[in-house]
Amino acid sequence: MTDTADSTTPSHKQPRLLYCRCAYAQVIPADVKDAVLAGLTESGEAFEAVPDLCEMAARRDPQLAQLAAETSPLKIAACWPRAVRGLFTQAGATLPKTGVTVHNMRTDSAEDVLAGMQTADQPTPEET
Amino acid sequence: MIAATLPPRVVLYEGPGAEPLEPKDRRELFAQLLDRGYAVTLAGSGVASAPPTATVIVLGRFQGSAPDVAGGDGPVSVHDISGEQVEQVVEAVESARGARPMNRPEAAAANTGGDTWKPWFPVIDMDRCTNCMQCLSFCLFDVYGVSETHHLQVENPANCKVNCPACSRVCPDVAIMFPKYHAGPIDGAPVSEADVSREKMKVDISALLGGDIYAKLRERSADAKARFSRERSADQALAERRRCLKKLADAAAIPREVLDALPSPEEIQRRAEEAQARADAARAAAEAAT
Ligand code: SF4
Ligand code: SF4
Repeated sequence: MTDTADSTTPSHKQPRLLYCRCAYAQVIPADVKDAVLAGLTESGEAFEAVPDLCEMAARRDPQLAQLAAETSPLKIAACWPRAVRGLFTQAGATLPKTGVTVHNMRTDSAEDVLAGMQTADQPTPEET
Repeated sequence: MIAATLPPRVVLYEGPGAEPLEPKDRRELFAQLLDRGYAVTLAGSGVASAPPTATVIVLGRFQGSAPDVAGGDGPVSVHDISGEQVEQVVEAVESARGARPMNRPEAAAANTGGDTWKPWFPVIDMDRCTNCMQCLSFCLFDVYGVSETHHLQVENPANCKVNCPACSRVCPDVAIMFPKYHAGPIDGAPVSEADVSREKMKVDISALLGGDIYAKLRERSADAKARFSRERSADQALAERRRCLKKLADAAAIPREVLDALPSPEEIQRRAEEAQARADAARAAAEAAT
């Protein structure tokens, strides 16, 4: 399940990549989150990795506000898009309706998540 | 409990003037730091600005002197990790953090208490929430509150009882998520029409139990108390109390530990009335504002 809330924003800016490790729970299959992390680190592309978006949202970590305020597209590897958006809102950092793609490591294969994170944006219909 | 200070942010710098790590070492370093609770950035050139007050620890295999790095307003410490093994780098980060308290995934999993906390709390889907305040009147632990604009908000996430998703069952609009729950739609999966009707049936706990849930809890708890004084055996009384509460636990998906840890019947009543009053006031203020 992927939520692409942007099919119109020009992607001339390099997207920012955010990986959530979900370190406080076992809801993401370990092989998927390990393989996605491996793919991101081995590519050598700049990216941000956080231990647990839920934990950061609970303490309203200002890094979430920084990410939400970014003007370049944001690609997130975490879990359900509805949950991820709710967490940013909880942190006082509502994500923009456009320019944010959430890839779901709970349901998707590591290959699909990496393909989504690493390829240039392709307009896809919005799914929630 | 939520640690009050921001954990340090680690930046692995591999831009101009630094030699990149071997891919497998980079992967291992990221995994180890993340599993210890650190946020890590892989920076190719420059260093992303860190939030104010966060300490930034910059790591790199610097060729010559370390490049100038722009952090946030907080302190920046730079470590040359040339020739170091991953374990040594992790050690260096741990000692750069010093004695600052920090939530730790492995400690939270082991439930060692102190500053550790498993992040479990309700997350609201604002696109679905109708501001009915049922969750606020239901919760006895002050997790919910009201914003300045009279809207429901999650005010005290750390007050939430870990692994208890009960309030998600009282939301008629399936707007309450627990992202770490094991199943949808509570985990944030898309909500189907079938979910809405199912949740509506499930959440009508009052009807399910033939009355107000807290009244029921009070009754059960008072019964258990009375039995406790009649029966000599504390073990027997406890077993009986557990049996009585099981039905409630099953109906509302409330973990038994939460029910067992409920305050006295009088305290439950006081808190329930207080929550109800807050919800009523918030609803009235929201109506007046529209
Ligand atoms: S946002 Fe999703 S993947 Fe990230 S910590 Fe929360 S539940 Fe886990
Ligand atoms: S019960 Fe649901 S709809 Fe009502 S205020 Fe709470 S989250 Fe919103």
